[in-house]
Amino acid sequence: MRPFDYSRADSAKDVAGAQIIAGGTNLLDLMKIQVMTPEKLVDITRLSELTGISAEGDRLRIGALVTNSALAADARVRAGWPLLSRAILAGASVQIRNKATTGGNLLQRTRCPYFYDTSQVCNKRNPGEGCAAQGGTGRMLALYGTSEHCLAAHPSDMATAMAALQAEVEVMRASGDTVRIPLRDFYRGPGDRPDIETVLEDGDLITAVILPAPRAGARQVYRKVRDRASYAFALVSVAASVEMEGDTITRAQLAYGSIAPHPWKNHEVAEMLQGQTASDALFHRAAEALTREEAPHPDTEYKRPLLRRTLIAALRQATGLGDTAGTDTVRTPA
Amino acid sequence: MKDTFTMDCPQPRLLDETHQGVIGTGMDRPDGPQKVSGTAPYTADNPTEGVAHGALVRATVTRGRVAGIDRASIANLPGVIDVITDPRMTRNPAQGMAGEAPVQPGDAVHYHGQPIALVVAETFEAARDAAQRLKVTYTTENAAVTPENGEHEVGEPDAAGDFQRAFDSAEVQLDREYTTPSQVSAAMEPHAAIAEWKGNEVTLRAAQQMVRFNKAELADTLGIDESQVRILSPFVGGGFGSKLGLGPEAAAACIASQKLGRPVRVVMPRQTVFDCVLRRSETKQRVRLGATKDGRLTAISHDDQVSNLDGEGFAEPTSQASQFLYGADGLSFTQTVARIAATPAGSVRAPGEAVGMLAFESAVDELAQELGMDPLELRLKNIPATHPLDGRPYSVRRLADCLTGGAERFGWKDRAVKREGDWLVGMGMASAARSNMLVKSAARVRLTGDRAVVETDMTDIGTGTYAILAQITAEMLGLPPAQVEVRLGDSDLPGASGSGGSFGANSAGSATFLAAKDLRGQIAERLGCAVDDLTLQDGRARGANREVALSELVEAELTAEATIEAGETAETHFSSGFGAHFAEVAVNEWTGEVRVRRMLGVMAMGRILNEKTARSQAIGGMVWGIGGALTEEMVNDSRDGHVVTRDLANYHVAAHADVPRDMQVVFLEERDDWANPIQTKGIGELGISGAGAAVLNAIAHATGVRIYDFPATPDKVIAALEAKG
Repeated sequence: MRPFDYSRADSAKDVAGAQIIAGGTNLLDLMKIQVMTPEKLVDITRLSELTGISAEGDRLRIGALVTNSALAADARVRAGWPLLSRAILAGASVQIRNKATTGGNLLQRTRCPYFYDTSQVCNKRNPGEGCAAQGGTGRMLALYGTSEHCLAAHPSDMATAMAALQAEVEVMRASGDTVRIPLRDFYRGPGDRPDIETVLEDGDLITAVILPAPRAGARQVYRKVRDRASYAFALVSVAASVEMEGDTITRAQLAYGSIAPHPWKNHEVAEMLQGQTASDALFHRAAEALTREEAPHPDTEYKRPLLRRTLIAALRQATGLGDTAGTDTVRTPA
Repeated sequence: MKDTFTMDCPQPRLLDETHQGVIGTGMDRPDGPQKVSGTAPYTADNPTEGVAHGALVRATVTRGRVAGIDRASIANLPGVIDVITDPRMTRNPAQGMAGEAPVQPGDAVHYHGQPIALVVAETFEAARDAAQRLKVTYTTENAAVTPENGEHEVGEPDAAGDFQRAFDSAEVQLDREYTTPSQVSAAMEPHAAIAEWKGNEVTLRAAQQMVRFNKAELADTLGIDESQVRILSPFVGGGFGSKLGLGPEAAAACIASQKLGRPVRVVMPRQTVFDCVLRRSETKQRVRLGATKDGRLTAISHDDQVSNLDGEGFAEPTSQASQFLYGADGLSFTQTVARIAATPAGSVRAPGEAVGMLAFESAVDELAQELGMDPLELRLKNIPATHPLDGRPYSVRRLADCLTGGAERFGWKDRAVKREGDWLVGMGMASAARSNMLVKSAARVRLTGDRAVVETDMTDIGTGTYAILAQITAEMLGLPPAQVEVRLGDSDLPGASGSGGSFGANSAGSATFLAAKDLRGQIAERLGCAVDDLTLQDGRARGANREVALSELVEAELTAEATIEAGETAETHFSSGFGAHFAEVAVNEWTGEVRVRRMLGVMAMGRILNEKTARSQAIGGMVWGIGGALTEEMVNDSRDGHVVTRDLANYHVAAHADVPRDMQVVFLEERDDWANPIQTKGIGELGISGAGAAVLNAIAHATGVRIYDFPATPDKVIAALEAKG
């Protein structure tokens, strides 16, 4: 780890020109292995205006410093946006969720192993030097939304749920103005500058995430598939909030995690489902439409069938076609 | 020094005659409170005045030479002391029990990630930063990094009978190929060393498993006499084979400390542990089985291909258990070693069985399916009378009891596939086997009054050595175990086997037993009775119609030292632990996720010295079995061979949620009279041997599809499900 200056922010204005640290659950790891080498850290954890969860009418405003644990446990979230609780609890470990914050989770870096290994070239670390993942090995890489300069996937479960819920990110600009950015516009594709991951600029500070009013009667599912039962990043995940009248799907809000450089959305799929009678055949067609394009890397080709099947399983669960009772439960010893 | 005892014939079961009643009990570890309160000093925890910190610099090319090290590139960094390169530095840990220096490559680079220099600084952070910033130039050469492209050395087959004829004429044939990836030990404590010289003598604190061998390895590495070396490894935070041999961190710390004239500490970051600590080789295995229609095996062949770096003598003994588990008319086992430029391979828990039995016991299961036979019955039917290759009798073998007893307990006969929502639930089983060894070991026991001290350079790598040596001594001398102090991991103490190959308890335990037995003779003499008439219990000696407190009888210290080594019984009899694993798993038919619902291991592995630590060993092995079946995979880049899965986020050991709460272990009562004088067998590795196969066979049972490329991650399960349609 390289030496750095550390200061505590007294106001949101103090963040310009510095690397922000809050929970530090990702940043400190990256600093230890020197993938990130900030010279100046500013600690925002004393900014009380960034804490707390509050109602804004029917909407919910989640302060940027609210920990993942607190957010997942919040009674309002569990009642109105259970998808979010489930997604958060599907990620990391209790210890990490106790430290990790809402704003920091949105900004966590990819887990691409080439990004993590400074002996390998990486355009995300050093723009223009190349992408070792191209031609390398990597079943955790992205399936869609990549560029020739970067194949990395965004690993966040929380952000995937928020994308399905159509959340907004509240940002305070260096000027002091506050803007609200729909999450779908918050992330940038990698293009030729994969090091620039969001629309944030120097001096910007995420102050909150806003959840829109809960959708009455929506059935919410977060289905995460990973290499072990817990404490692993998703191979693919599906966040679904589905509304129905009788057997007919009236609205489907969907987002897909760990398959793209940011939470992935596909409007064609959502539209295919709307107004249709829930059926396995419909879900299969939707899943085919979602995964029509080939993978950019042979190691992630498996994500197409896996995503298809996970979407079908999630939709079956959300619409009551499937019975997933017993999922991940274990029998208590006699 | 006493004469060495050689194990030439069965010995009396003295531990069944003694009276203290502590042997075999689930006594808590005496070192437990220290460990759970964080006060047990592991290597890197030892405060050392004036210590400098070293960070290993790893090669960033696959093969070639270091052309230049630009010391100026880090000279201005605050706290940097020196960059050490030295012809005595080592490229990788010694193989287990080598007793000599590992390869010392000079400026040659043999694999990506090889240590090539040590940067020393005033702080750990500065050393690590400088190691990363140091500019190194190389000349490079081409090298094969995948087993397919490496040079293949094909071994002579181990064989009996005529396999090919037996296979060709078999009524039913099975011919399958399996692959397993490289694995790593991933011990919780990263490799660490602190070296300090006084004059021409060096003291090394290090995380090592085999101090007696490590001492010889260090002396040879440094070009000094063994008498100039002292190694201290009283607490080791897990080994699993990765700390058998002297590591590059230890050699580098000693060399740097000598050059700088101050203590040097080298702790490997986790990524370096992945880069340059010995891995378990990936394997490609071909299993061919021939049988009669009624399920008698007539032909067994298990051929394998493993890999290693040039110059490393170790080859994963993949078919080890396949050679003695079942009998047939013709058997043949051929190994091929591919030479590649990648992190060298060595012993990782249960070398051979851990991955060999995944394939072999999967094949046996599939054969049962082809025969329409209960896999349990097929196994029971083919237990051989004697060792199928060399005809030796088995010392004691309760494989059939483990299989039938386990089946009964697990509810094997009620195993119809169940559906629970999207989950398919099935059961699988596998045999377990891990051959048993006795390695030369010495120990000293000192008795003053009613307090005893055990001294040996044996290590406790989390296995429970402190507990079992205290129990053996307490049992033999009739003392409460709290009155026995055990001193381990100091090369100045009598040299033991060290921890490896599941032979530590057998070997160091037997030496301790013999030393205590010698003391019993000395006590009997003082009491004036024949040793056979001596009773020792609760600090009192009885015999010849006398009863005297040891505190009175043994006022001045009594000492005995004993050495044991394998003898004729190792040639006349074949000793192995045996068992049976059962697993119930649920497979999600959509996502291919596999969840282990419950597991049972029934094991017969000689006398159990401590029921609790033995159980922990067995469960730990079974957990690793789950990892081998479902999650663990070390990935190397196919272009330069570098390790891609370099941390515990990318290398997936089984985590808590992967391990069922219903995880049971049953030990069958057994004594192996041919193994050693305490009638034990190794227990550290039997738990892993076959456990993963039970999980894989349960997947096949639940889904009707088989995976041949392990681990069975969701992508492979859904591919198999989709292929089936």
